[in-house]
Amino acid sequence: MSESVIASQRGIDVAALQRVHFDRDAPLLEVDDLHVEFHTRDGTAKAVNGVSFTLHEGETLGILGESGCGKSVTAQAIMGILDIPPARVAGGKILFRGVDLQKMEEKTRRHIRANKIAMIFQDALSALNPVFTVGWQLGEIYRKHTEASRSQAKAKAVELLDLVGIPAAKERVNSFPHQFSGGMRQRVMIAMALALEPDIIIADEPTTALDVTVQAQVMKLLSDLQQDYRMGLILITHDMAVMADVADKICVMYAGNAVEQADVHQIYSRPAHPYSKGLLESIPRVDMKGQELAAIKGLPPVLVDPPPGCPFHPRCTFARERCQEEKPELYDVPGDRRSACFFWEEVISS
Amino acid sequence: MTTEASRPVEQPALGESAENVIEVTDLVKYFPLTRGILFKRTIGQVRAVDGISLQLRRGETLGVVGESGCGKSTFGRLLMGLERPTSGSIRLLGQETSRLNSTELRRMRRNIQIVLQDPYSSLDPRMTVGDIVGEPFDVHADVVPRKGRRKAVQDLLDVVGLNPDHINRYPHQFSGGQRQRIGVARALALKPEVIVCDEPVSALDVSVQAQVVNLFEKLQDEFDLSYIFIAHDLSVVRHIADRVAVMYLGKVVEIGTEKEIYEEPTHPYTQALLSAVPVPDPELRGHRDQIVLEGDVPSPANPPSGCRFRTRCWKAEEICAEQEPPLEERSDSAHPSACHFAKVRDVIHAVE
Amino acid sequence: MTDPHSLEGILSKGEPGGSEPGPAAKERSRSLTADAIYELVRNPVFWVAGTLVVIVLTMAVVPGLWANQDPNVSAECDIQLAQRSPSWDRPFGYTTQGCSMWGAVVYGTRNSVFVAIAGTAAIAVIAITLGVIAGFYGRWIDSVLSRITDIFFGLPFILGAIILLTILTTRTVWTISAVITVFLWPQMTRIMRGATIATKQRDFVDAARAVGASNFRIIRKHIIPNSLAPVIVIGTINLGQLIAIESTLTFLGIGFQPPTVSWGLLIQAGAGPALGGTTHLLWIPCAFVVIATLSFILLGDVLRDALDPRMR
Repeated sequence: MSESVIASQRGIDVAALQRVHFDRDAPLLEVDDLHVEFHTRDGTAKAVNGVSFTLHEGETLGILGESGCGKSVTAQAIMGILDIPPARVAGGKILFRGVDLQKMEEKTRRHIRANKIAMIFQDALSALNPVFTVGWQLGEIYRKHTEASRSQAKAKAVELLDLVGIPAAKERVNSFPHQFSGGMRQRVMIAMALALEPDIIIADEPTTALDVTVQAQVMKLLSDLQQDYRMGLILITHDMAVMADVADKICVMYAGNAVEQADVHQIYSRPAHPYSKGLLESIPRVDMKGQELAAIKGLPPVLVDPPPGCPFHPRCTFARERCQEEKPELYDVPGDRRSACFFWEEVISS
Repeated sequence: MTTEASRPVEQPALGESAENVIEVTDLVKYFPLTRGILFKRTIGQVRAVDGISLQLRRGETLGVVGESGCGKSTFGRLLMGLERPTSGSIRLLGQETSRLNSTELRRMRRNIQIVLQDPYSSLDPRMTVGDIVGEPFDVHADVVPRKGRRKAVQDLLDVVGLNPDHINRYPHQFSGGQRQRIGVARALALKPEVIVCDEPVSALDVSVQAQVVNLFEKLQDEFDLSYIFIAHDLSVVRHIADRVAVMYLGKVVEIGTEKEIYEEPTHPYTQALLSAVPVPDPELRGHRDQIVLEGDVPSPANPPSGCRFRTRCWKAEEICAEQEPPLEERSDSAHPSACHFAKVRDVIHAVE
Repeated sequence: MTDPHSLEGILSKGEPGGSEPGPAAKERSRSLTADAIYELVRNPVFWVAGTLVVIVLTMAVVPGLWANQDPNVSAECDIQLAQRSPSWDRPFGYTTQGCSMWGAVVYGTRNSVFVAIAGTAAIAVIAITLGVIAGFYGRWIDSVLSRITDIFFGLPFILGAIILLTILTTRTVWTISAVITVFLWPQMTRIMRGATIATKQRDFVDAARAVGASNFRIIRKHIIPNSLAPVIVIGTINLGQLIAIESTLTFLGIGFQPPTVSWGLLIQAGAGPALGGTTHLLWIPCAFVVIATLSFILLGDVLRDALDPRMR
């Protein structure tokens, strides 16, 4: 469906969107040197410190990192749902089809948020409104942006629930969120994200709260739908195993910095940054009984008071004197990948 | 791998009863569902734990795995005496613990301790680390004389890898991994024989999780501890456990050595569970035998007749609804498996 | 926040690696109470409300500090000057008895504030005891205590107070605060019960039980310290409200009686003449009631902000 046809269907609400000239040849999403700061009583925390990446249609970008590494903040900055203050986007561009989202009026951006970029949260129970039926909530999103009638909206809701594999969608559409199991709720969340056929889905730890068998179902659904609709998917997780199953390329974040960016196969077979390498060596695998886990020593830094030089150097086995003084840039590594380590050659070959 | 699997067999000289630190027989815990304002009527029962029998041997780690609601946490709380069983018996070091009075229960707790899941809620935010780790000494005043307590607490902090000078700090001044170490120090204070670990690493970050897992292994060697390691993360359990019990809806469906459960699972539920665990290796994508289960876990208040897994099982036949399969060794299962049609199927390795 | 730990990771002042000794500057221990005090001293509302509360309290305890004319000493008053309006050297004017209005208000503080303190203290003791017992032990004890609380909650306060205080012939600080306590304990009890239930479900209570701590120890060491914050807040707000309630009861003629002095009595005495034009007899004591009530309520509000861990 062309942009204008969609726009005319959606009537007055989308007028603002229509005025924006998207460049159909530009990448789906381009994040360029993004900086996000939090003002706290202990000082300014650089939650995201110069992150760049590009997302194309049908592609899955994984953002991998531990709590506080800035992966969720990056997603919230793209969505434009950061709490401001204490947060502040301190620099960088977020381009959707070549248009800088941050220069948009809030009203236009709201439409982008619903129509073009949708988000799936970890905690589906708190993301859904407990006092309305899921059908009503699904239909409402659709109605708000398309001028559909109530009955059309309800039909759409049933269609969406069916799409995400909820059995007996016709009856379940009248249920309330608490009447669904955890996995089914996450499916409802996915249905909500799909309601307006977005170009990008951002999934922030979508399966962390779920049991493994359910996690497998939900991840499969998510990647199937992404393939079918040729959407761009940004998967944010700390789970390296889940990531290995779906991502095409990965951006590893540490203390607000992108430390390695590469194709998924390269990262898992020959990591180019000591942190990615350390993460891989510290996780047990279900398919083999290993020896003692090679834990990364120490703890992630405090963002209000990061160490000088490379943020990872206090925990790094490759660290030399240079790492304490100078912060490594994101070096190009053969094979279209990047690593923020002075000694990436050594890391790859080790 | 072979040494791990044969470990229990290496100590035959001790004899059956001396070897087992915990013996659980037909353990049952039902929680009543009540209704009413002043006088509560029982309208049903949640069968959280419904007939579990197993043993924990000295120096061994028994992993207990299963999905949320399978009763594994209730099982841990029963062992700890935090819940009273509805029926059945728990013998700790040969002593029946399920019907102790409060004084006896307190004495029992010197032999068994627990490490809880949530490092944020398991430490009292208004107490210093010294008070938290030293609380067992206050309760069991005869263990360490009053004067020696500060030193004892500092020694414990040192053992779990924390700075002993931080004794006067408060929990919120520590990170999640460090808080979990504080919880471990508290559990070690009374020098127990057994530690029940209830999801001790699932709230931690990946890089910190490995540190804590290694700490558990180090302490086991140092203090000759036996662990009941309850977790939903099957990879972690494989790493740390010697034997594994798989639970579904309040029952153990399969139990065996780590190698038997992971390499030669015979119960369909175990197979489905294992096949769903993702492996951190993109090369295996699409090359693993993935079993996708239908439907949801039934309510433990109203479990299916016969085999509880039959409603989601692809092997289910008439007999499964009529007859509950006992947990026993079978012709096609060298280790106990509660399935009429138990048969080995490798699900974790790549297939063509 | 989608990831509960992410903000915490950014905001919390964590520690450098477990075994590495931290820099000396961070070598301080920060309890939750210390954190709350840190929040408080940075809040200007705390200073305004706190100062007013201190002034009101000192007026109650040592009125001589603030005024030199005690209306209880008849020699200090001159009936000739009764109801005289504020002037340059008597900015608050005179009372209906011809005493200095400033002196009367200052010396009247004691009765009003003491009723509030005694009432709040009694309510707090009942609330903490019953709230902890109901919340901690649960089951039928909770059912019984909660229903009793509900019954008292349903009693109409003003009507009940009128009946009880009419029956009582002597109305002192003690009897008035006792009557207030009888009708107002349920609210705080419910709050304490709720806080106890919330605390009881936190894992550290299980952890304490697992090391063998007795119920009494758990209540004393863990439940009460972790459940007290809302009671402190509500208690502070209650102090303000009880000051207003004392004035109300006295104005209705069922509180203090002359010749004692209290703010309520001053308002009662001033209400009639105020209609005749000498408005200062009414608005000055009223202003004191309002300011005192407001400063306690504001103080309770800033305490709530400082004590509520969700705010940090």
